[in-house]
Amino acid sequence: MSTRVRIGESIDGFTIEDLLHKGGNGYLYRVKAPSGRDPGFPLLMKVPGVGRGEPTLGVVSFEMEQAILPQLTGPHVPRVVAVGDDPMRPYLVMEEIVGEGLAAIVGRAPLPVEDVVQTGAALADAVHDIHRQHVIHLDLKPENCILRANGEAVLLDFGFARHARLPDLLAEEEAFAAGSAAYVSPEQIQGNRSDARSDVFALGVLLYELATGKPPFGEPATYAGMRDRLWRLPLPPRFLLPAIPPWLQEVILHCLEANAVRRAPSAAHVAFDLRNPSHVKLTQRSEWTNNAGLARQMRSWWRSRGSKAAPGARHAVTANAPVILIAVDTEHPDDERHPALQRATAAIVAMHAEYRLILVSAIRAAPLGEGTRVEDTASGRHLEHRNRLRAWIAPLRLPLSRVSLHVVESADPAGTILNLASANHVDLIILGAPAPGERKLAWWRSVASEVTAGASCSVHVVRVPQRAGTAQEDER
Amino acid sequence: MRVALLSDIHANLEAFEACLAHARERGAGAYALLGDFVGYGADAVAVVDTAMRLAGSGAVVLKGNHDAAIERADSYFNDDARAALDWARTTLSDDQKRFLAALPLTVERAPAMFVHASADRPSRWDYVDSATAALRCVQASGTTYTFCGHVHDQQLYFATQRGRMSLFTPVPGTPVPVRGPRQWLAIVGSVGQPRDRNPAAAYAIFDDAKHEVTFFRVPYDHRTAAAKIRAAGLPGSLAYRVEAGI
Repeated sequence: MSTRVRIGESIDGFTIEDLLHKGGNGYLYRVKAPSGRDPGFPLLMKVPGVGRGEPTLGVVSFEMEQAILPQLTGPHVPRVVAVGDDPMRPYLVMEEIVGEGLAAIVGRAPLPVEDVVQTGAALADAVHDIHRQHVIHLDLKPENCILRANGEAVLLDFGFARHARLPDLLAEEEAFAAGSAAYVSPEQIQGNRSDARSDVFALGVLLYELATGKPPFGEPATYAGMRDRLWRLPLPPRFLLPAIPPWLQEVILHCLEANAVRRAPSAAHVAFDLRNPSHVKLTQRSEWTNNAGLARQMRSWWRSRGSKAAPGARHAVTANAPVILIAVDTEHPDDERHPALQRATAAIVAMHAEYRLILVSAIRAAPLGEGTRVEDTASGRHLEHRNRLRAWIAPLRLPLSRVSLHVVESADPAGTILNLASANHVDLIILGAPAPGERKLAWWRSVASEVTAGASCSVHVVRVPQRAGTAQEDER
Repeated sequence: MRVALLSDIHANLEAFEACLAHARERGAGAYALLGDFVGYGADAVAVVDTAMRLAGSGAVVLKGNHDAAIERADSYFNDDARAALDWARTTLSDDQKRFLAALPLTVERAPAMFVHASADRPSRWDYVDSATAALRCVQASGTTYTFCGHVHDQQLYFATQRGRMSLFTPVPGTPVPVRGPRQWLAIVGSVGQPRDRNPAAAYAIFDDAKHEVTFFRVPYDHRTAAAKIRAAGLPGSLAYRVEAGI
């Protein structure tokens, strides 16, 4: 069979205009939609390479992409317009993404820190978005990412991807080389294709390259060379470029932990860290500025001994590592809802081995003209409410590295909470129901109702039961 | 066209009707009943009647090992199963017995083959319970799709480039793209006696235009089905199995 496509030919109404790219994963043609079916954006047709001299794996890869890409939605993947179902002539017609390829951006690296952050966070957003849709990419590299003009990242080429709810056609293919040598995670090298943190590792490689201009593990050509990353520590980015701040090195090396359990638990956590440097908990990782000495390499090697691929069990793609936002009213510290909110937080946190807590206090804007007392100045007020947040969470005895505190001046607390939630990929918002005194207001005017209605995640509304005895006590 | 694939109904009318209604709501335009209409349950007569009616309107209807045992008692079955078959034999009409006896073991409608147990020597009632058994089955059918029952759990096998079969346990309700020329073998699960500790009835729908197969679990009134088994004087363990899904 031959799937070779000729320029000018029409396939199911799509006219082939020119060959854009020929690669290991097939041929990309620019095509024109049939009249009356123009989707309003430029189109590409992808066709697998079949025949003499083409890799047989290309066909399986194509099949995988044909199964997975149409299931994905949102701005971080190309939209699929048509799927060619004739097994003798398979194709995929999709949106041509207009933007700058990540390869070109990496070509300019090392980038200034703020550009690393912007591009890195956009990539992390995109990766988290496909993870939420049960898909692990498993082949993230500069050639497979494009940045749109609005800054959003788009991921391409799902030929090596894994969908948690679909059969993995690549799992048992012997000829299968896992991902691309420079970006592949240690567990992928060991044959595990079902850990979303493999994409976090690749994200770490991309961040490293953006920040330093060099790939952390080189581009090994042999399997043994690839296996090195099971234990060998990359050069600390600050060794290559001392101007890189310790917090960024911390974020990058956290992604590059060989053992997935020690790695940043999800792309959402990476995005949060990149956007909130002051909340990044610095560990020893941030301090390394020289090539790992013998002792450190030995420790790393020792830890990696006997590590083998985790069983490729079916599990939810997004790790059980939620980002939880808690709205705390620090302006009313005596409110009886606080203990209930703390109990709810403790109970929910107890269900998760990994999590990130974002505590938010939305305070009223400072009065015009700062007062003379410290607590009346804007910075003084921020500090005061930050301390109240810290005191609020302290009794729960949670590791501080998992908790971040935000004091935001806002006349619109619900809007502030919703914005923070969507910008940080929050999975759950916990907040109090209106107090009994506020119930005279319509429910729909409360912060809780506005947040519940507007949130794109789950919302846990904590209510303190009204004591039935109150009225009777008065009578007695 | 969407084809509803139902197997191992086992005289469980409540489960059968729940799955047929579920499939109708999802636009099923054709039915394939992969055998084992009788045995275990208390409603052999009503279930066979429904099968005969569907056969009359063009459905694929196959013979299962329990159906075959109606015409010829078999030492193959355990005591409980045999008790249910003996009972079914006394309640079914001659017409119904003739219908069951005349059912085919396999039906091929390109690009699919339908069979109760394995397409490899179907009358041996071998279980497709391993990658090796799945390979024997698809080698015998030779078709892109093979749909079978007999094993009560829902499973999807697919051929790899290396000529082996790989197993995937489907997620109910999630359509799975199944494109040729790769060979696929779907075991659709049991309508009347699921055995994975979930009493919900199991079946699947194949969409031959979209090349998708979707496995479903359908909760139904399993307490009534169990009560009928007890009322018929059949072994209590059979009622319990329906209640607990074991």
